[in-house]
Amino acid sequence: MGQLLSALVIMILGVGGCALYFLGSNVLLDKLYPAKGQDTEVASRNINRVNSIRPWLFLGPAVLFLTAYLIYPVFDSLRLSFHDRSGDTFVGLGNYIWMVNDPLFRESMFNNMLWLIVVPTAATFFGLVIAAVTDRIWWGNIAKSLIFMPMAISFVGASVIWKFVYDYRGEGSEQIGILNAVVTAFGGAPQAWITLPFWNNFFLMVILIWIQTGFAMVILSAALRGISEETIEAAVIDGANPVQIFFKIMIPQIWGTIAVVWTTITILVLKVFDIVLAMTNGQWNSQVLANLMFDWMFRGGGDFGRGAAIAIVIMVLVIPIMVWNIRRANAEMEGR
Amino acid sequence: MAVAASSRAPLTWAVHIAALLLVALWVFPTFGLFVSSVRDKDQIAVSGWWTALTSSTQNQVTRAPGADGQIERDGVFVIAGNVLEGGSGSVSHFGFSSRAPTDFEAGEVATLRDGSELTVQEDGSFEITANEAFTKSRGQRIFYTATAPPRFTLDNYATVIGAENLGQSFINSMTVTIPATVIPILIAAFAAYALAWMRFPGRALLIAGVVGLLVVPLQMSLIPLLSAYNTIGAFFGVPAKTYLGIWLAHTGFGLPLAIYLLRNYIAGLPSEIMESARVDGANDFLIFVKIVLPLSFPALASFAIFQFLWVWNDLLVAMVFLGAQDDELVLTGRLVNLLGSRGGDWEILTASAFITIIVPLLVFFSLQRYLVRGLLAGSVKGG
Repeated sequence: MGQLLSALVIMILGVGGCALYFLGSNVLLDKLYPAKGQDTEVASRNINRVNSIRPWLFLGPAVLFLTAYLIYPVFDSLRLSFHDRSGDTFVGLGNYIWMVNDPLFRESMFNNMLWLIVVPTAATFFGLVIAAVTDRIWWGNIAKSLIFMPMAISFVGASVIWKFVYDYRGEGSEQIGILNAVVTAFGGAPQAWITLPFWNNFFLMVILIWIQTGFAMVILSAALRGISEETIEAAVIDGANPVQIFFKIMIPQIWGTIAVVWTTITILVLKVFDIVLAMTNGQWNSQVLANLMFDWMFRGGGDFGRGAAIAIVIMVLVIPIMVWNIRRANAEMEGR
Repeated sequence: MAVAASSRAPLTWAVHIAALLLVALWVFPTFGLFVSSVRDKDQIAVSGWWTALTSSTQNQVTRAPGADGQIERDGVFVIAGNVLEGGSGSVSHFGFSSRAPTDFEAGEVATLRDGSELTVQEDGSFEITANEAFTKSRGQRIFYTATAPPRFTLDNYATVIGAENLGQSFINSMTVTIPATVIPILIAAFAAYALAWMRFPGRALLIAGVVGLLVVPLQMSLIPLLSAYNTIGAFFGVPAKTYLGIWLAHTGFGLPLAIYLLRNYIAGLPSEIMESARVDGANDFLIFVKIVLPLSFPALASFAIFQFLWVWNDLLVAMVFLGAQDDELVLTGRLVNLLGSRGGDWEILTASAFITIIVPLLVFFSLQRYLVRGLLAGSVKGG
């Protein structure tokens, strides 16, 4: 409890400190370059000065944090990836050469590609279908809320939930995992799902799809509502059936939003870590890049060189989407 | 039109049923977790949670008291007791060897190998009778099949909060989450205003930078920051893994989204308000504090919810920047540990998992409006 109290104190101190900085620095700026009580020339020069300094007072702390916690580490990771486990000796491309030849890395790369293909596709597809279905019924908002709910659940919590679904008991005894119960009810043999090489990847993916479908649904549902009524009415008059309207009229109009959802989930998939750590920790051929990196970071005291090299691979995979996002943001700003 | 109307009804039904199925599919796993967390732990182990409301049948074994427990009654030596030990339920079958555990129906008399007689009643009470005194100190094993009515209990929660130390982890999670949620807000709001309404060289570049940083994987930051923390800790002679370290880390990682969301919102405010304030002699600082900040409340709330959920649910940052001692673990870290150490004990795992997800769920259901608004601002409108 004392700990919680100190957290509250820190929170107040932190916020108070920020407020004090912003207030103090701005008051100081106005004191240093007063705009009033001077002759016009000095005053206008002071106003210009204030206007060129103030943005940086506003941005200062944010730029400082972004530099220290995101920009500097990117360059330092790059540097470390060319060094040995302690980060002192330069090894050139050594870590990357090791990586290409490492069977575990190749397995992770292969699995990550599977994740990249399946999860964004499935989550976007389900999100679209659910958005379309729930927009037509009176209890649609309740349905949406329930399907959106997993978004609030941590990956670890979701892993426990699904591990319980996949639970396996030996053949002949009562199955308490619902998946095996259903399988045995239909006369199949129960399986230890998460230990089946290759297929277990898909059982782990289900968890992320379950979480992310709500996200896709919320955004696509808003996009579907934004479609102009006239185009749909025109299609109805032309005799199109609901399925045709959905695929030929509505989908093409929301392509942009679908792309945004798709790329957002793709980024998340590249970083997937918690689910694999909690479900299998990479055993039974289910390793992925982020978990492999974490493993190298701490294994045997930690190999920072190899860990950083794997992080760089994740970063390189993200870059195309990053460039696309920046271009899109720029285009939209110019259109404003 | 008549044709259209008649073909509409089945379609509407199909839509309702499809929606119902999808909702059921999405809710079932979580519901199963919750139901299991309040079931009796013996029942969780032998029957699926979907049978929670029906009686469950269990094959069990118990050991009768040894020779010490015998009493003499009318020249007959008796060892008596109850296999259910006071619990509710009823016994349907019993036996005395593991090869034939259900040979006898309740109420029948079984003759044991040493000639004594065993009988188990439906209510669980048993008697072993013999004409000569019992000598063995180890009691007879009794196998029985009991049907127990559904039992619901909060014991699982009491166990995990106390013995498994989840209470401590809950406080740790709160300790990490509250400052890490609140501190970035003000920093981001000032930066967002500057990027939205102030003119200065390099603004476009900074905005592009923030958009780029939105997707930089956390993995890039872990190793450099960990070694920087280690160096700083060693230099000042303080531990490298502290709450201060994780608060600052979460602040840094949350800022791109915060600035992006808030900038989108603040840039969308009507410019007339700001211009008229400027005409009245207010400078940017006053405009921001007096006008923009109060108007931005919905966006601030959206971000606060995002950050809260993200920090509360985070495992990776906590594992790297906080210690792994028993009293330092946050809820997610504790849950991962339990998955390793208590793999099959579902009464522990389900109750623990429910404790870790209850706070985000409450936040989610009470503040969903802001969450949805934030998501839409972040993804649909863009820059």
